[in-house]
Amino acid sequence: MRRPEPGHRPRESAADPEVRARHEAYWKRNVRYVGGLLVVWFTVSYGFGIVLAEPLNAVNLPGTGIPLGFWFAQQGSIYVFVVLIFVYVVLMNRLDREFDVDEGGDA
Amino acid sequence: MNVQAWTFLLVAASFALYIGIAIWSRARSTKDFYVAGTGVSPLANGMATAADWMSAASFISMAGLISFMGYDGSVYLMGWTGGYVLLALLLAPYLRKFGAFTVPDFVGDRYYSQTARIVAVVCAIFVSFTYVAGQMRGVGIVFSRFLEVEVTTGVLIGMTIVFFYAVLGGMKGITYTQVAQYCVLIFAYMVPAIFLSLMITGNPVPQLGFGGVDQASGLPLLERLNGLHQELGFAPYTDGTKSTLDVFFITVALMVGTAGLPHVIIRFYTVPRVRDARISVGWALVFIALLYTTAPAVAVFARANLIQSVSETPVDQVPEWFTNWERTGLVSHQDLNGDGRIQFTGPASPVPNELNVDQDIMVLANPEIAQLPDWVVGLVAAGGLAAALSTAAGLLLVVSSAVSHDLLKRAIKPDITEKGELVAARIAAGFAVVVAGYLGINPPGFVAQVVAFAFGLAASSFFPVIILGIFSRRTTREGAILGMISGITFTAAYIVWFKFVHPEMNSADYWWFGISPEGIGTVGMLLNFAVTLTVSRFTPEPPIQVQVLVDLIRVPRGAGEAHEIEA
Repeated sequence: MRRPEPGHRPRESAADPEVRARHEAYWKRNVRYVGGLLVVWFTVSYGFGIVLAEPLNAVNLPGTGIPLGFWFAQQGSIYVFVVLIFVYVVLMNRLDREFDVDEGGDA
Repeated sequence: MNVQAWTFLLVAASFALYIGIAIWSRARSTKDFYVAGTGVSPLANGMATAADWMSAASFISMAGLISFMGYDGSVYLMGWTGGYVLLALLLAPYLRKFGAFTVPDFVGDRYYSQTARIVAVVCAIFVSFTYVAGQMRGVGIVFSRFLEVEVTTGVLIGMTIVFFYAVLGGMKGITYTQVAQYCVLIFAYMVPAIFLSLMITGNPVPQLGFGGVDQASGLPLLERLNGLHQELGFAPYTDGTKSTLDVFFITVALMVGTAGLPHVIIRFYTVPRVRDARISVGWALVFIALLYTTAPAVAVFARANLIQSVSETPVDQVPEWFTNWERTGLVSHQDLNGDGRIQFTGPASPVPNELNVDQDIMVLANPEIAQLPDWVVGLVAAGGLAAALSTAAGLLLVVSSAVSHDLLKRAIKPDITEKGELVAARIAAGFAVVVAGYLGINPPGFVAQVVAFAFGLAASSFFPVIILGIFSRRTTREGAILGMISGITFTAAYIVWFKFVHPEMNSADYWWFGISPEGIGTVGMLLNFAVTLTVSRFTPEPPIQVQVLVDLIRVPRGAGEAHEIEA
């Protein structure tokens, strides 16, 4: 049912201490990236778009007629969400190769 | 050709397309049926996810809802997009590595427990059925408004189409029809939006027109709208009336609910590799964001246009679209003070309001407001149907796989053959279509309320258990089961109490800490986290092979073989 698909290298032994240590280090970096990106995620939506929306509404988004807090709540946060996911993709693809846990095939 | 003929033609053409795709992409194995053979490209999966996700509510109702709620409508915009960041960063890549077919698959295996699997199956079926009833209803309503057929006939036609491609093609058929449905729905949404933006602000890009200048008054559009709101006694459009705390909690519940909805999660099982799962979430959000950043602009255009063209207008000089839609009952007017003009006023105005507007009209009447040709009206009908059918199909697949795979194959009859399971999956899908159709024709009284239900339940049941299953090796079977049960019970009880038992008490005066039933899923989720973590501390740690499994999920290499650890 779940045969390895073409293009996959054989799995390394999880019992090998070198492999274990490498996987642990990879995971720590991964968690750090995710944490950092989620701080941005939280700040633009819950911070700028909700909690700080009222004070931010005192100014407009430069060049437009949209109050800044309102803009974050209805437009800005969505754009940032999209960017965050693509930043994550780039960071993780690089990290996968650095720690030699990538899936091979064309990058 | 008139509007009716164009609508028939475009709806029929789109249905023919979906059926053609379904025949071309028949499922030949259970892997095809459940996860499209894990061969879907990330870009195609992104489009399919966007169509899967955006329902009749997103397409028809959301812009109108925001139009009436102003800033408060932001909960939907942020809530229904921000969840994708959680999906990309915390769930999709690991679940793809795990390589299962369904969400209960993961819960059952990670928590080494049939009880956990069954609890997950019940949650998945319940969440999906509540959601799908609304979609079928949406299909019937689009048919009845645009083609003037009975709602029942409309639902039956919709059922036949979904039956055809969901039963025949399973996930594979659904995926490729959803790609087509995305193209239809986004085109149908953008065309009127672009022309409306041109008409009101002179800018063809709705997202920019949103911050542009109102051509009628020369003022920035939002400033003009706030001014109109103040004159007429409405709250300022950009401020909102909900408490900050409630907005916060509703947004969390919608985001986390999005990331916990099984029909969204399983879409990321269909791509070949972990890397593809990550970027596929990104594409999905790009395609969703296109509509979700347009909707608030449409909301503002429609609101400003409504007020400017209707307020204080003599009854016999209202625009043509107004008269057209008055016949459907979506707008209505009563000349209370007998002055022959329409007074459209808010709660703070001394003048009584004479105008009633259904939120759906803000999208449905757009082609006529922008004076677009008849075929655009037909296009909007086809788009609304695409949005409803694509979501319905995705939900039905969750129900069918929960029955044939999680219950039959993994719990009751593990020695069932591949062929037998595929037959069972098709029968379950067919059965689910019939039940959904029945619910669409005879909607339980609470269809409008179930959205809060579905999201709250998904947020308080699946999300914490899946996250902890990946990020904490120490999380135990006992913790997960008690966590899911306490989260879902608490959330359901709070919603049922205020929505059904004591609807008269459903106001901020009675809510706990001012948290509305829409936002209570957030508290349910926190409760689930707390219970799962605490119980896990005091119960024996998971068996060693489960801990090894968690380690394997965390690294991308070797996707597709992770399951062998069990054997």
